[in-house]
Amino acid sequence: MALLKIKDLSVASGRKVILKKIDLDIEQHETFAIFGPNGSGKSTLMNTLMGIPSYRVIKGSIIYRGKDITKMSILERVRLGIGVSFQQPPEVKGVTLKDMANICQGKKPGTELDEETMRLVRTFKLEDFLDRNINVDFSGGEKKRADLLQVLLLKPRLLMLDEPDSGVDIVSLKLICQEIYNYIKKSKASAIIITHQGEVLNYIKAKRACILYDGGNYCYHSPQKILKDIRENGYEGCVNCRIN
Amino acid sequence: MCKLQDKLKSIPAKLLKEAENVGMEQEGPGRSATYFQTDHQQAYTSINRIYKGKLEIMDIRDALKKYPWVKKLMWKTVDKDKDEYTKAAADMPGGGYFIRVLKGQKLSVPIQSCLMITNESFRQKVHNIIIAEEGSEANIITGCVQEHNVRIAEHIGISEFFIKKNAKLNFTMIHNWKKDTKVRPRSAAVQDDNSTFISNYICLRPVKDLQMYPASLCKGKGSTARFTSLLYAYENSLIDVGSKAVLEGDESRAEIISRVIARDSSTIYSRGMLVGNNSKSKGHLECSGLLLGREARVIAVPELEGNSYGSDLSHEAAVGKIADKELMYLMSRGLSEEEATSVIIRGFLDTKIFGLPEHLQKYISSLMDQMKYATG
Repeated sequence: MALLKIKDLSVASGRKVILKKIDLDIEQHETFAIFGPNGSGKSTLMNTLMGIPSYRVIKGSIIYRGKDITKMSILERVRLGIGVSFQQPPEVKGVTLKDMANICQGKKPGTELDEETMRLVRTFKLEDFLDRNINVDFSGGEKKRADLLQVLLLKPRLLMLDEPDSGVDIVSLKLICQEIYNYIKKSKASAIIITHQGEVLNYIKAKRACILYDGGNYCYHSPQKILKDIRENGYEGCVNCRIN
Repeated sequence: MCKLQDKLKSIPAKLLKEAENVGMEQEGPGRSATYFQTDHQQAYTSINRIYKGKLEIMDIRDALKKYPWVKKLMWKTVDKDKDEYTKAAADMPGGGYFIRVLKGQKLSVPIQSCLMITNESFRQKVHNIIIAEEGSEANIITGCVQEHNVRIAEHIGISEFFIKKNAKLNFTMIHNWKKDTKVRPRSAAVQDDNSTFISNYICLRPVKDLQMYPASLCKGKGSTARFTSLLYAYENSLIDVGSKAVLEGDESRAEIISRVIARDSSTIYSRGMLVGNNSKSKGHLECSGLLLGREARVIAVPELEGNSYGSDLSHEAAVGKIADKELMYLMSRGLSEEEATSVIIRGFLDTKIFGLPEHLQKYISSLMDQMKYATG
């Protein structure tokens, strides 16, 4: 049974239809990559899967572990094991990264972090950020690292990572990706990774990928082949899928 | 928290419990001195023996008898005829505290005071004089509260601060009223060279009608004033709170920060005024307002008055509801909407903005937790 089954999914934000008839299966223990140009609907897909209310499902369904979660709240989805790292996480004044780390682990803000959490914090090079307001005056890469840390602390069964390699330096990316990859291997979780350059896929191996283009998904194949085709033919060419 | 009963046996336990909610605690290593007044009666005054000779604390009526010069300080910074409340306090004063931190004394632990109303419909009128002598440093935590069974009350509090050369005073005032109580503090400070006055105000419980506009005259060279307010209004409360700094000295500085939350049908006027009378003065004003109810109102009124070429004054103000994206973010980390709202409100009312020493900041934060102010 697929862990996640997206069936004929169409999604609107306001009056604009962004996702059109998406069909996608993510298997148990599978890492799946999604490519696509800016504005193609990748982040909308992530936000819809997470249950963010401003993204309205107008048709189709999302089945997760055999349950229809299309109308479930964000919290219900989190409890079922879905964790997301956002492309642009917001600033929350007065709430520190340490508070967020506690919240992700179901603990009260202000609780001291345990040794394993601190190990992760050090790996993500975030020791100096623990007492800072989350994302306030963080650089792009710092926001990303802080968000990925939170996702790992949630211990999800399905990780959804929206451009985890954007803005993160190569050395940090390697360390962070190794942690994520170890987690995926150890917990047998599945992952959906949105990436532009595919840098992250050097460290977190994905067997399958697809293109999201103008709100629809195309061309299931290995990420390496899809990336090569995008480089050679552009997204427009790639959606016609010439990979054999 | 320690119980005051151990020391203050003459005061009913239920009153002490109310006092604890606004920062009073048992004397000991955590407090240098205590002043406790119920209605117009001085109930308890003492100085921790370690701090004897370093500060003075007494009923203002005793201070007037002891030091003839205190009379000259009264109504020096606040106009006696300013309004009906100052006139009422001038005509029939009902005590108040006199606190004087002596020259060069740096007190590592705070002085505490509590002004309590224990009688129904009582109109409490106090006049406080606070002097930080040259080179001194102190923290004062003062709480104003009405006893649990008192439904209607009125509090008029005149407070005059004299911050001398190189002195630093950190004054934190916590109010804990009820929904039928009217409150009119009237405060002002005058600051000499290189002095620092930090004034923090917390009011997170219901009140009927609260209006105040404390001010500081930064007349000394390099004098610095900082006013911070955390306010939470409920039901039909009308809160009109602002702070004003007049920057007269060379390189005088001021910062005014307010964080206000209005829910139900409450209204908050959040004011602030910076007056730059010196060409080397600098000030910043910041007001953030959160609306938690469709009928709640926050009116931010920041005023900047640049009277001297070269004075550098700025302000920023923002009023609105909790941003959906912040709520969603916290919910995606495993919180319900109510829990996420609560975390955001708590963060909004972050006591770290007070600039208190860490142990005091944590103490004030834990006090705020005890107040159990509504969070959504």
